[in-house]
Amino acid sequence: MSAFGKSHSPQLNSHGELQHLLTIEGLPREVLTRILDTAAPFSEVAEREVKKVPLLRGKSVFNLFFENSTRTRTTFEIAAKRLSADVINLNINTSSANKGETLLDTADNLAAMHADMFVVRHASSGAPYLIARHMAATGRDHIHVVNAGDGRHAHPTQGLLDMYTIRHYKKDFTQLTVAIVGDVLHSRVARSQIHALTTLGVPEVRVIAPKTLLPTGIERLGVRVFHDMREGLRGVDVVMMLRLQNERMQGALLPSTQEYFKSYGLTPEKLALAKPDAIVMHPGPMNRGVEIDSAVADGGQAVILPQVTFGIAVRMAVMAMLAGN
Amino acid sequence: MPEAKNLPDAEVLCTALADAMRGHVDPAATVLVGIHTGGVWVAERLHAALGLKRPSGSIDVSFYRDDFNQRGLHANARTSQIPFDVEGAHIVIVDDVLYTGRTIRAAMNELFDYGRPAKIDLAVLADRGGRELPVAPSFCPHALSLPATQMLALERADDGTLAFRLVDK
Repeated sequence: MSAFGKSHSPQLNSHGELQHLLTIEGLPREVLTRILDTAAPFSEVAEREVKKVPLLRGKSVFNLFFENSTRTRTTFEIAAKRLSADVINLNINTSSANKGETLLDTADNLAAMHADMFVVRHASSGAPYLIARHMAATGRDHIHVVNAGDGRHAHPTQGLLDMYTIRHYKKDFTQLTVAIVGDVLHSRVARSQIHALTTLGVPEVRVIAPKTLLPTGIERLGVRVFHDMREGLRGVDVVMMLRLQNERMQGALLPSTQEYFKSYGLTPEKLALAKPDAIVMHPGPMNRGVEIDSAVADGGQAVILPQVTFGIAVRMAVMAMLAGN
Repeated sequence: MPEAKNLPDAEVLCTALADAMRGHVDPAATVLVGIHTGGVWVAERLHAALGLKRPSGSIDVSFYRDDFNQRGLHANARTSQIPFDVEGAHIVIVDDVLYTGRTIRAAMNELFDYGRPAKIDLAVLADRGGRELPVAPSFCPHALSLPATQMLALERADDGTLAFRLVDK
């Protein structure tokens, strides 16, 4: 028996409630829907004179970022603060990891400071899972772990905020055709998006990428593969662009970024092949002129900045649900 | 539903509550805030009966409950809607049943996150006793005493009729 006991998923407790958020894969549709439903009232909090609710008052949230991030860390910080939690940010450059402390030693030390929640980003897939399992194995299962992106594995809150955005503009998942475009190979965001879309009942999920930027066997996740962007975009309701992850590129997977833009950059001409009311999403940060044309990024169909705003409400919902379970 | 015979008629109480409030509200200035879900229904009735000019608000106190650490986040939290400036307003909080007073405390805490009202009143259809906080209604047409094992629930039929029902906890 694992350290997580008998529960089916390491993320759910014995009552089937969310204990940690590590990945979207394997979460039931009801749990995803409940997170999206819960996020809706949280989005209203930002409109108030006092942009705070007292749910996490007295709780300590540690943002443990072993990998750089501005947007994700900031939105997690804002979300936790709007829930009235105390937020402590730790970045790898200033942490003990550089002095040789192991991941679990770091977690143990922070747990000894009475942490209630860890928000973890790490370059290695599985790092947040490792921390969650360690906490459970040592009788500290009151400490919750949120995966803020681990290696190529998962970025569940990004996937959830994308689903919130799609539902906001398109209402019904079960009538949609959605295309995910770009560097799927290196993208934890793409994996989380695919699992979320298929779980929520989107009938057609397409991935559009060159062969060199697709993991083998991606079809097994229930997606249709296109190598020709024009063909793949035809008639879609939602275009989800991915960032070309220069820093993750190993070897020469691409001839050049100009060449990439020509084939896989989203231009107004290519976007015209999608439905006229199609929305364009991007998890950020954008490489203008590499995967997306400025005319599209700043155009009327882009919902890239609303994604950021919705991300705060979705992260508030996740943290509030975890802390209450 | 044999016990329903002993329960007050919610429709009669709505009328009585409106009568009690008339003369204490300024139709041009007073605003109602209904607490989800029963309080929102009652606020709709009062708004019409009193001829109030300003739109009513609604509050879901899920984010302000004092039992979050024991019970977690309520499964069906809804968006609070406050379509008026709370600062300096005369607000009447409207709920169906007054019990421990904890919901009212939560609602007042939430209202103060929107601004500083000039005055807050409390209007309820029924007071069932069992207070755990020093909260008293400003307007309440009916009082009864119920054991802690029972809950007095307001229900709305498809035709909009309001009725009380006793629920065993």
